[in-house]
Amino acid sequence: MSASAVHSLWTTAADPISKIDAPKIEYGQLSPTLIIVGAAVVGVLIEALVPRKSRYYAQVFVSAVALVAAFAAVVALAADGYGTTKAGIAAMGAIAVDGPALFLQGTILLAGLVGLFTFAERRLDPAAHGNRVDSFAAQAGSVPGSDSEKAAVKAGFTTTEVFPLLLFAVAGMLVFPAANDLLTLFIALEVFSLPLYLMCALARRKRLMSQEAAVKYFLLGAFASAFTLFGIALLYGYAGSVSYATIAQVVDGTLTSVDPALADTMGNDALLLIGTAMLVMGLLFKVGAVPFHMWTPDVYQGAPTPVTGFMAAATKVAAFGALLRVLYVVLPGLRWDWRPVMWAVAIITMLGGAIVAITQTDIKRLLAYSSIAHAGFILAGVIATTPEGISSVLFYLAAYSFVTIGAFAVVTLVRDAGGEATHLSKWAGLGRRSPLVAAVFAVFLLAFAGIPLTSGFAGKFAVFKAAAEGGAAPLVVVGVISSAIAAFFYIRVIVLMFFSEPRPEGPTVAVPSPLTMTAIGVGVAVTVVLGVAPQYFLELASDAGVFVR
Amino acid sequence: MSFPLLTATAALPAIGAVATAAVPAARRTAAKWLALLFSLATLALAVVIMVRFDPDGDRYQLTESHAWISEFGVRYDLGVDGIGVALIALTAVLMPFVILAGWHDADPLETGSKRWRPTQGFFALILAVEAMVILSFEATDVFLFYIFFEAMLIPMYFLIGGFGDRAHEHGEEAASTQRSYAAVKFLLYNLAGGLIMLAAVIGLYVVAGNFSLPEIAEARANGSLDMATSTERWLFLGFFFAFAVKAPLWPLHTWLPNAMGEATAPVAVLITAVVDKVGTFAMLRFCLGLFPEASKWATPAILVLALISIIYGALLAVGQRDIKRLVAYASISHFGFIIMGIFAMTSQGQSGATLYMVNHGLSTAALMLVAGFLISRRGSRLIADYGGVQKVAPVLAGTFLIGGLATLSLPGLAPFVSEFLVLVGTYTRYPVVGIIATFGIVLAALYTLVLYQRTMTGPVKPEVSAMPDLRVRELAVVAPLVVLLIFLGVYPKPVTDIVNPAVEQTMSDVQKKDPQPEVEAAK
Repeated sequence: MSASAVHSLWTTAADPISKIDAPKIEYGQLSPTLIIVGAAVVGVLIEALVPRKSRYYAQVFVSAVALVAAFAAVVALAADGYGTTKAGIAAMGAIAVDGPALFLQGTILLAGLVGLFTFAERRLDPAAHGNRVDSFAAQAGSVPGSDSEKAAVKAGFTTTEVFPLLLFAVAGMLVFPAANDLLTLFIALEVFSLPLYLMCALARRKRLMSQEAAVKYFLLGAFASAFTLFGIALLYGYAGSVSYATIAQVVDGTLTSVDPALADTMGNDALLLIGTAMLVMGLLFKVGAVPFHMWTPDVYQGAPTPVTGFMAAATKVAAFGALLRVLYVVLPGLRWDWRPVMWAVAIITMLGGAIVAITQTDIKRLLAYSSIAHAGFILAGVIATTPEGISSVLFYLAAYSFVTIGAFAVVTLVRDAGGEATHLSKWAGLGRRSPLVAAVFAVFLLAFAGIPLTSGFAGKFAVFKAAAEGGAAPLVVVGVISSAIAAFFYIRVIVLMFFSEPRPEGPTVAVPSPLTMTAIGVGVAVTVVLGVAPQYFLELASDAGVFVR
Repeated sequence: MSFPLLTATAALPAIGAVATAAVPAARRTAAKWLALLFSLATLALAVVIMVRFDPDGDRYQLTESHAWISEFGVRYDLGVDGIGVALIALTAVLMPFVILAGWHDADPLETGSKRWRPTQGFFALILAVEAMVILSFEATDVFLFYIFFEAMLIPMYFLIGGFGDRAHEHGEEAASTQRSYAAVKFLLYNLAGGLIMLAAVIGLYVVAGNFSLPEIAEARANGSLDMATSTERWLFLGFFFAFAVKAPLWPLHTWLPNAMGEATAPVAVLITAVVDKVGTFAMLRFCLGLFPEASKWATPAILVLALISIIYGALLAVGQRDIKRLVAYASISHFGFIIMGIFAMTSQGQSGATLYMVNHGLSTAALMLVAGFLISRRGSRLIADYGGVQKVAPVLAGTFLIGGLATLSLPGLAPFVSEFLVLVGTYTRYPVVGIIATFGIVLAALYTLVLYQRTMTGPVKPEVSAMPDLRVRELAVVAPLVVLLIFLGVYPKPVTDIVNPAVEQTMSDVQKKDPQPEVEAAK
């Protein structure tokens, strides 16, 4: 037998390849993400090429310009009608460009910009050896307490890598709620998670705690990612595709053609249900919903406070965006199966977050549990499965993220010899020492508590209204009860600040640079404007409230 | 477009609050005068409202309507009926006295931060409360009402927790702890009530599709909006719960004695004479207006609770050792009367209840403010620490007596008319309830007269022997209140004229007619 004859036993000659279709990429529609990724790469190059002294300024400049430019691109796209009439799928079906995606991308970019201001703050920590320092470790690689750390501090090193890391995280977050197939979803998840794990470990003070938080976050996050990935695999087995639209069609039963390679598994409901459960579990982990919330308090407490603020705001926006799209676009046909489960999750999240928060004595942990309770409120809007549900969640996320960044920015100001004074007892009498800072923090707490005339109330009203109209009235009742419980611990902090006697050895309030002042000012402004005149933003959210399929 | 009188009346104290808060730390006295000026200007506008209001005209007058949050179907709709006018007038009348009485209550003791400005804060918060209370009396949009109903808790909370009596038997530390406890209790009770109401507000929107009180009431009346019986009852309970906490009705009353006891006397007046009236006002306007059937359904239970409030509040008042807590329990008893009058569903009962809200405001203000002057002189709230005051400070004792007599509804003083109307109105429909409630009056005589006897008569205690009589500022607070009490006791017509048509409207909301007197046919 000739060689070629033997060969033909197990191969066939392919047709000669005449041309490869170049993937069609809509650069314009993807420009927000591309700008951020590009700037992040530039940031890495800056680390490599620019002298150490100039890096901080170069990084802050590049990051700020990129975030502003990307936000401008989002606004331009929205103004061009990509949020409504021109909404469509881009990048070969990988990315959706529609109202919710643009709204959430805009929110993430603004949160990123405000977060950047808190990252870049260098007036709070006392200068070390004549060098101004920020909240991040001098040299991440040096062992805490070692000689190399001391040398790094003395040399005035700063970890300017946080800025490209921030941009990479933002890039992932931009893609996450816009992802239109499960693989893109997973890649986006990893792209924004890995920088966050890293940034959590970079605190300048209490470094061991910070590193512990990062390891915890990484391990649990990796675990959740694995769940997500396995869920994606099962869903692929069920539907024969990772595209959202195709899976939705298979779930609805409108697409019946079976991929021969998957004939054994396609349409197998067990795969669908288990896959859905695992995928949603991964998303709920990022959202911080009970019972997948375990990481939240430790990570919020251990991470450098600017990172905590950014993470608490932007991650929640991105993750809820992705959750909404998965539930509303991929799995509407399955809503009778997922709604009861989500009901239970929402109820235990609202109650669990609010009740456990009562016992907290650390302000960062308290805000962490409060964020869990808020995740529960947002879930109530998600469960509505109505257009109002989408728009109420969008509005809530926008309102919540600015309050959160502002609140954590205030936390960075209250300091004693050991850095930030996060233990609640140290906040006693703050209202007498620094009335303005305490008043601003009180405004944020009242917004968290959902007192009328703050953005928190408008958001809470929107999601509860959507839930009630969507037939989830009992959730609303649980929601108001847990709001009442939650009010208790917000009020407790206010009592402490205003009605307790100041401690003689109490903390001082550092005077920040205009950067942090801007972050806090934006938080207050958004809180008041969205509380008193939310109409415009509600309309914006409502116009943006339609997913493309 | 006509001048937005209602908005202006609420905006004026709000602007005053901002202006007062902005006064520099050193110019403390200027802040006080500014606050007083704004409260007087508000009073002037309230008088204009009373003059412009035509009792026989439309139900809601001086209306303003603007789009606000159309996504939620919320409008900025204002309008007053006679009940609202009477209560706005009460609020506007009391505020200058509250400010004048609290003139020195917030002078800074210790030097904290240079930017710490308690005086400015105190008067700004009082004006903020006034603005929100007036808006909640004016709002005809349920959502708008809810916003101010809830938001007024925050300034109230800081007033209770941040400012208290200077002297305390266990020292400043203990006083501060008790104060913040009282403030937190106040806030949590009312916030919980408000949040339950929030669920009901959302439910109402789901059922009715908008928040406009006149529209919903109209739709209910002509049958175009049908509510399932159980839905209506749940929604009613949600609303009523919030109002019953605010009013307060037994067993949701326990925050009131703490709050009134720990707050300074002017703030205590603000709580019981002004802010709590929003609760009873809202029962009349929203519970009866939106849920007439459920209101009738709940009447027996509410009457029983009101009766318990009357008797229980009076009994506990008898047993109090603390002057301010005594007044608080007396107020609980009086709120029982008001709620009983509202839910007796007779026109006398409801007119009486509305009149009672006004008169209770005046009489409690008189009693409590004089009590505050007394307490500030001796530095103690305990009844046992006083004795024989009428010999050293006769004017103080005399005005205290008039306030007390008004509280026990002595004929000739304003509260008598309203209490009489409430009892008559209740008796015509629920004789047994009316009879039991009468015991409340007997107990009222007991607690006020015993209070007077123990503090003012008898041998002069050495600690009070040097007590000065009322000063000019204090007289300026008390004298007008006493005059008003006597005037409205003899001639209540100005108030009843305004109130009665509005009550008739409310009665027609619930489709109730007064029971006809049964007269034996004359042979």
